[in-house]
Formats: sequence, structure tokens, C-alpha cells
Amino acid sequence: MIRDEDIVRVEAPRISAADRLYLTQIAQGMKVTLNHLFFKPRMTVQYPEQKREMNTQNYRGVHRLNRDPDGRVACVACFMCQTACPAHCIHIVADESPWEDREKYPQLFDIDELRCIYCGMCEEACPVDAIELTYEYDVVGRSRDEMIFDKEKLLEVYDSTKDVKPRKNPKITGYQRTGDRGKYDQLRDRLREMTQQSNPISAPHQTVDGERAPAPENKENA
Amino acid sequence: MLLAFTQLGFSSILALVILGIILGMVAYSIYFERKIAGWVQDRYGPNRVGLPTLVGDLLPEKYGKFHFWGLGQPIADGLKFFLKEDIIPSHVDKPLFLIAPCVSLIVALIGFVVIPWGGQVAIFGQVFNVQVANPDIGLLYILGVGSMGVYGVVLGGWASNNKYSVYGAVRATAQMLSYEIPMGVAIMCVVLTCGQVRLEEIMASQVAGWNVWNLFYHPVAFIILWITMFAETNRTPFDLAECEQELVGGFHTEYSAMKFAMFFLAEYAHMITGCAFLAVLFCGGWDPIPFVRIPLFRPEDTGIIAMLAKMAVLFGKVAFFMFMYMWVRWTVPRFRFDQLMRVAWKGLIPASLGVLAVAIAGLYLGLHRTLWFTLPGNVAVVLVSLWVMSRAKDPVSGREANLPPLTRSPELGVQA
Repeated sequence: MIRDEDIVRVEAPRISAADRLYLTQIAQGMKVTLNHLFFKPRMTVQYPEQKREMNTQNYRGVHRLNRDPDGRVACVACFMCQTACPAHCIHIVADESPWEDREKYPQLFDIDELRCIYCGMCEEACPVDAIELTYEYDVVGRSRDEMIFDKEKLLEVYDSTKDVKPRKNPKITGYQRTGDRGKYDQLRDRLREMTQQSNPISAPHQTVDGERAPAPENKENA
Repeated sequence: MLLAFTQLGFSSILALVILGIILGMVAYSIYFERKIAGWVQDRYGPNRVGLPTLVGDLLPEKYGKFHFWGLGQPIADGLKFFLKEDIIPSHVDKPLFLIAPCVSLIVALIGFVVIPWGGQVAIFGQVFNVQVANPDIGLLYILGVGSMGVYGVVLGGWASNNKYSVYGAVRATAQMLSYEIPMGVAIMCVVLTCGQVRLEEIMASQVAGWNVWNLFYHPVAFIILWITMFAETNRTPFDLAECEQELVGGFHTEYSAMKFAMFFLAEYAHMITGCAFLAVLFCGGWDPIPFVRIPLFRPEDTGIIAMLAKMAVLFGKVAFFMFMYMWVRWTVPRFRFDQLMRVAWKGLIPASLGVLAVAIAGLYLGLHRTLWFTLPGNVAVVLVSLWVMSRAKDPVSGREANLPPLTRSPELGVQA
């Protein structure tokens, strides 16, 4: 409830006689619009010919399946993305890997791009950074079937976008080590220091990443 | 063959030609309306539908696709209107619902016949008026036909059996009634100045002697007539009959496809006729420059080239006024209905009566065609209205009694 003494009622400013004719103020407005009519730059982006500048690194557009440095599909068919996907749009058929450095690989890898909600959960879930969302947003097809992207199509997307958006972890060689290892090592060391400083006697959080010993730096594939 | 060489034959051909020009202008004024809307808002407006689409497509790839500035847009719009489903809702009064757009369009398209488009023309020694019809009451005819335009709106609104449509129709009627008064009075100034109601004679009196257009005798009457033209054609800031925020679509809410297009065409045809009317009454019609005689544009120049040049000048003026319509539309916001009524009854009508008084005094003194009398008279009308406005109180709302007293605090910018 508003108290009466809180109500501030102000008088509208008195309009001058010339302004009451409307014409002077209309003339002012016309001047403004005339300026926009002929002399102001146009804001429109002429879409198919021009495109807005966007951050290609974090846009969640159509997916791609990354290749490892040898040009093979990087996916290890772990089903993490398929499990994480809230829209159930990823379908993987796993098979035994023909290569020695991993056990499985995807025989089929289909993403229904019409069903996908582009949430990026698959990208988060992937342990080997094999599936990524790209900056391509204008993907079209003539039928629903055409919009189910299979493994080859997803790899093609990688080939066409890798120059603009390189794979997150280009240094990957073996699958024991993924992600930006150096950053995690630094973080782990700092955490260890902090826990030791704050709790030098017991140090219960000593082994933040202690169970998995870091693998050698440059392990080549067989 | 003989018929073609009478005024009747010439008029028939001219009617067809002018009708074609007006319909073309209507189509392209819709295009320019959208263009200007875009430009005012820092957009491009329609620029994709190329005029001869094939040519744009056949150009070599390296030149890119050329769209001809979207000049094909009116064709695409027209096609769209033809191909859309034409819905007649079950609750409407069907005969009236069907008649309304026809009334609107017909009335809008017959107004131009009395406009003198280009003086006189001599073809093989025969002299014709470049005017479809030349009745003695040309001016009254155009006024009558112009106000018939509201019939289509009212019929459409009523037949739609829809509250919003009826509101739109009622608003249009009240607005038309109010704004015809200052319009008529402003036109009376012209009639008194020229002593004629024949548009052709009004035109002739403006190009006689010193080429003084009526605009210079009575500028205030010109501005008043111009403003009422906006109201007569239901254009912003007076488009209360179709304001989207309050009345959905107004009187054409229930109309679709070609019937809606007919209302749309009627509005623009009405505008074009109105612009030509305004140009003839006040701006010297086909006379390009006031106070100067130019060879091709004298009344005694009756060649075909002179006729075409005169028509071009008149259509140029029409184009200018059309541009003003659009420019104002994308600048000025719509009036509230009480403001609309206030503008007419407390603003335009007294002012126009003042100018009429000046014109009558001039006629009485025999000074109705002398600039040194009528111009100061018009200035005096403006000064008097400024003085009255400076003395006038602000409009008071009915809630005033129930409101708390005014807070006069200096920090709020209100003088104590």
C-alpha cells in the first residue's frame, strides 16, 4: 500500500505556444528521420552474402567427429556422448578396433541433427574430445533422412572446419593423456601446495589426482 | 475513327493511360513505402526480388547475383495476394462484406478524372483538354468522391461483424466528418481567390499573369489542407481506423487475400489522387516554377511534347507529396483519439476560419489576388493562434478532482 505522502505528483512541463502548433516539433522529428533516410549507415547484414562475425570457438552449431593426427576417427566408441545426450539423437554401433592403440572404434556413428538440441553435453562428456560442436549454423537438407549425419559426414565436417576451429587438443598422441595436460598438472600442483599449507599435518586431500600417475610425455603410437 | 478525334475519344484514351499510370504508381508507392520504412530504420528495405529475375540470374557468376534493388517486389506482392486463400468468415454479412472493398477501390479510382493533367493539347489542329472530364463542379466532384472513400471503410467494418472492425469504422467516420470541415474551408480560400470551382480554371488562374501559385496567397490554408489530406486518407498520424495496437487490423481485420489488397490499393490510389488535387489547387499543377514563364510550360504551348512535359511535372509533384506522406508516416506517432479531435475542432477549424476571413476580406476589398494583403493576413492568423495557444489552459482530465495536490519541488524541476 502506497502512503499518500509518498505520492509525488508533478506538473507536466508547460509546452510553449509554438510547440503546441505541433508543426515545429514535427519538423524536428522529420529532420531526424531525414538524416536516417539518406545519411546513416545501414545496420542490416545481407545474410547469405555477408555473415556476422561470431566467436567460432564456442558456438554450438553442427557436430563434427575429430580425426586423430593419423587421420583416423578419434572416437573410441565409449558411448559416453550417447548416454549424456538428453535428446537421444546419437546412435553408435561399436566394433573392435582395427588399430592397436585402442580397443573399440565406432562402426556407425549417426547424429540426428533435427533431433539434437545443441546443448553441447556430448562435447562435455567425450573423454577423448572426439565429438565437438562447430560454428556452422546454416545446415540444411531436403529430407529428414538427409539430416541424419553419419560418420563420414561428421568427419567431412571436421575436414571443412578444422582450419577455423582446430581440434581442442592437437598434441594428442596416446589416449592415456587427453586434454590440456600441462594446465591440469599445474592446477594439481597448486592444489597440493594449498592443501599442505592449510593442513600440513594430515593433508587428507593430498592425492587429488594421485591414483593415476601421469604417463610419459611423448608416447608414440605403435 | 471519328470518335477518337472528339474530346470523348481523347478522354477515354487519357482515362486508360492515367489509370495505368496510377495503378503503376500505387504498386511502386507500396514498394517505396517499404523502402522508406527501411531507410528510416537504418535497414535496406526490400532488395531481393529482381525485376527481370531471369536477367539477374543469367549474369555470369563472378558479378554475383544482381537483384535490381528489389524492383520486382510489387509483382511478388501482387502474386502473393492472388494466391492466398480468400477467407470469408461465417459470421459476416456476406453481400456487404463483398461490396465494401469494391466500393473502396472504385471510389478511389474515379477521383482522378477531373484533375487537369496537362493543360490543352492540339493534335492535327484539334484542341483537347488533357482532362478526362471537365464538369463545372470539378472541385465539388472530387470532394464528394473523396469523402465517399469512408463508405468502403464503414461498410467493411460493419459487415465484418467484429467489435474491432466496427470501432475502426466508427473512428474513420468521426475523423472524416471532423476533418472535412477544415478541408472544405481551406478549399474555399482557393475558390475565393480564383473565383472558380472548375479545376481547369483554377489551374489557369495560377499560370496567368505572374504565375503566382495559390500556395503563396494562402500558405496557412495550404498547410491545413495538407494536414487534412493525411486524415482523409487515413494515414499516420491519423490512421486510427486501423491502428494495430488497439484494433487488431481495424476495419480490415477480417479481410484477406485480394479483398484486403483492394483496400490497400484504394488507400494508395486515394493518396495519389489527393496529392494531384493538392498540387493542382495550391502548387500550380503542371507549372514547374512559380513567378517565371518557361517556354514549354505556358498555357499556349499545346504541342504533344509540352503536354508530356506538363504531365511529367504534375506527376513529379505527386511523387514529392507521396514521399512526404511516407516520410511523415515513419516520423510522427499516431494521435490519441481525443487529441485527433482536439486538433480538428480546436486547431484546424478555427485556423481555417481565420484564413477564410482573410480571403473574404480580400475579396470584399478587391485585394484577393494581391500578395501584400493575403500573406500578412495569413501571418496574422498564425500569430493570433499562437497568442490564443499561449493563453490556453492545459487540457484537464476528469480524474483531476481525485488526484493529490501537485508536489512543487525544485529538485524535480518544477518551479515552486
